[in-house]
Amino acid sequence: MTHLAIPKTYKLYIGGAFPRSESGYTTEVRSASGAFIANAAKASRKDARDAVVAARAAVSKWSGATAYNRGQVLYRIAEVLEGRRAQFVDEIVQAENVSSQDAGAQVDEAIDRWVWYAGWCDKYAQVAGNANPVAGPYFNISVPEPTGVVAIVAPQDTSLLGFVSALAPALVSGNTVVILASERFPLSSISFAEVLATSDVPGGVVNILTGSVAQIAPWLASHADVNALDLVGAGSVDWVSLEIQAAETLKRVLPPEGGPDAAAPALARITAFTETKTVWHTKSLL
Amino acid sequence: MTIDTLPAGTLARDLVGGELTDSNLRRYLEGIPGVDAVGLEQRAASLGTRSIKTSSKAWALDRIIQLIDLTTLEGADTPGKVRSLVAKAMVPDAADPTTPRVAAVCVYGDMVGDAVAALGASHGDPDQGGISVAAVATAFPSGRASLAVKLADTADAVSAGADEIDMVIDRGAFLSGRYGLVHDQIVAVKDACRRADGSFANLKVILETGELNTYDNVRRASWLSILAGGDFIKTSTGKVAPAATLPVTLSMLEVVRDWHRLTGVKIGVKPAGGIRSSKDAIKYLVTVAETVGEEWLTPHLFRFGASSLLNDVLLQRQKLTSGHYSGADYVTID
Repeated sequence: MTHLAIPKTYKLYIGGAFPRSESGYTTEVRSASGAFIANAAKASRKDARDAVVAARAAVSKWSGATAYNRGQVLYRIAEVLEGRRAQFVDEIVQAENVSSQDAGAQVDEAIDRWVWYAGWCDKYAQVAGNANPVAGPYFNISVPEPTGVVAIVAPQDTSLLGFVSALAPALVSGNTVVILASERFPLSSISFAEVLATSDVPGGVVNILTGSVAQIAPWLASHADVNALDLVGAGSVDWVSLEIQAAETLKRVLPPEGGPDAAAPALARITAFTETKTVWHTKSLL
Repeated sequence: MTIDTLPAGTLARDLVGGELTDSNLRRYLEGIPGVDAVGLEQRAASLGTRSIKTSSKAWALDRIIQLIDLTTLEGADTPGKVRSLVAKAMVPDAADPTTPRVAAVCVYGDMVGDAVAALGASHGDPDQGGISVAAVATAFPSGRASLAVKLADTADAVSAGADEIDMVIDRGAFLSGRYGLVHDQIVAVKDACRRADGSFANLKVILETGELNTYDNVRRASWLSILAGGDFIKTSTGKVAPAATLPVTLSMLEVVRDWHRLTGVKIGVKPAGGIRSSKDAIKYLVTVAETVGEEWLTPHLFRFGASSLLNDVLLQRQKLTSGHYSGADYVTID
């Protein structure tokens, strides 16, 4: 008996569920040689709105988890990702038309970066925070805290590595994320959503949209309930106007980056989405 | 003037065909045809599919605000909480002075004085731009107290300045078929709504549909409340799940429509509890307009009992005005 192949429906990832786009639209994803690979959901502005609602609802639980626990949860994602290595390699080979060796190197690098960022969860506060010297019987302590909901335009040139490099640092401090996947290579991001769904990260902490960056990014940039905007992959759209829209609600904004070093691992990507709280406390009752 | 000389009393007797005694009421109410539950739910679901956009949506959002009974009914309520509720009722969105005011604030009886004081000159008829004070009474939410206590509770709230009384029916008596008792209690509470000058506070009768189990019971309880002289019929206390649902509200609206056809008298409807999003509230507006007519969409004939609904409507309103999505940081924390 012959087996009939069952192609996968690539949907969105919002609030821990895999809904189709509210609009009902999909876009054809084609390989570098022009062959049809799959239909990906084309997110509408209402999907973006729903994703922000889900992300906002997840903030208290994710940012309230202990730093150690967040590190464990992120590390667990790397474990699950490693187990699905072959699937990602196949997908990248098909989408980017690269050798399986190159694809494998991309997946390995993505896993390495993820683990690197996971390790920072319970360490970045020691580096970014400080016990400030003051002339009085007080402690004066500055601690970095997550800023809230971060909207990210993922790097456009890679399937998985850019996506992971932009997503991981925002999660480290306890932010929740709405991320717009690469428009050209959206499929690995939805497979990554399956990794998230089968690991321990609470629903809503990461929300993944596929579709047109030019259509969706302005709605996220102007959304009053989004606290920060990472435009790392927005170089090909009118990102200046996105920055202007983001300024209306005083968002933290990271500018686009290009080239092979885009979103390279850095502590600065973690601290970009934190705000520093400084508190005074008496040393003792005199 | 006693309740018997009110027009509603006469109309009710004509309809029931005799005095409103336990046996006459039972004969009448149990003779009402049953509700087609599947048809009712389908009708409600189809009314919920209307697409209300742009200028219609803007109209609907403003109208929803004007129809809200902004409510706080917590054991932990304080005069300060009531004052902040009243402040929100008077200026729902400080960033947009074109935002209309809500119809009323709804509080426990002992908070009426605080609400009236906080409202000051704004206390008044919603039709004239004022804000009414509604008080829940009659041992809300359970209604498990003697009639004397219920009447004292009601009279106390009215004398403190309540314009509207939200009473609960005795569901235990209703479910065990003692319709006469339920009727007499509503009549007595209505009488206790009388103010010193002879006018009456508006009486909203809470059916607590979540405890009535069937649509047939909801229909009977609606008829009973209207026959007994209620000015409004209200779905729920908000303390029992399920609270207001669209099919239940639709069945109550149908009773109101039938009563209006028979007598020309307009009775109000107030769904309360569980309506948290603008989208849901718009479904109710559509249902009202399609069942009893658009003239029911005034504060005297339709209300939403809600607390968190207002914030969602304000967020939607800000989205329509500004063109971008708003967030919870731009409305007050309740």
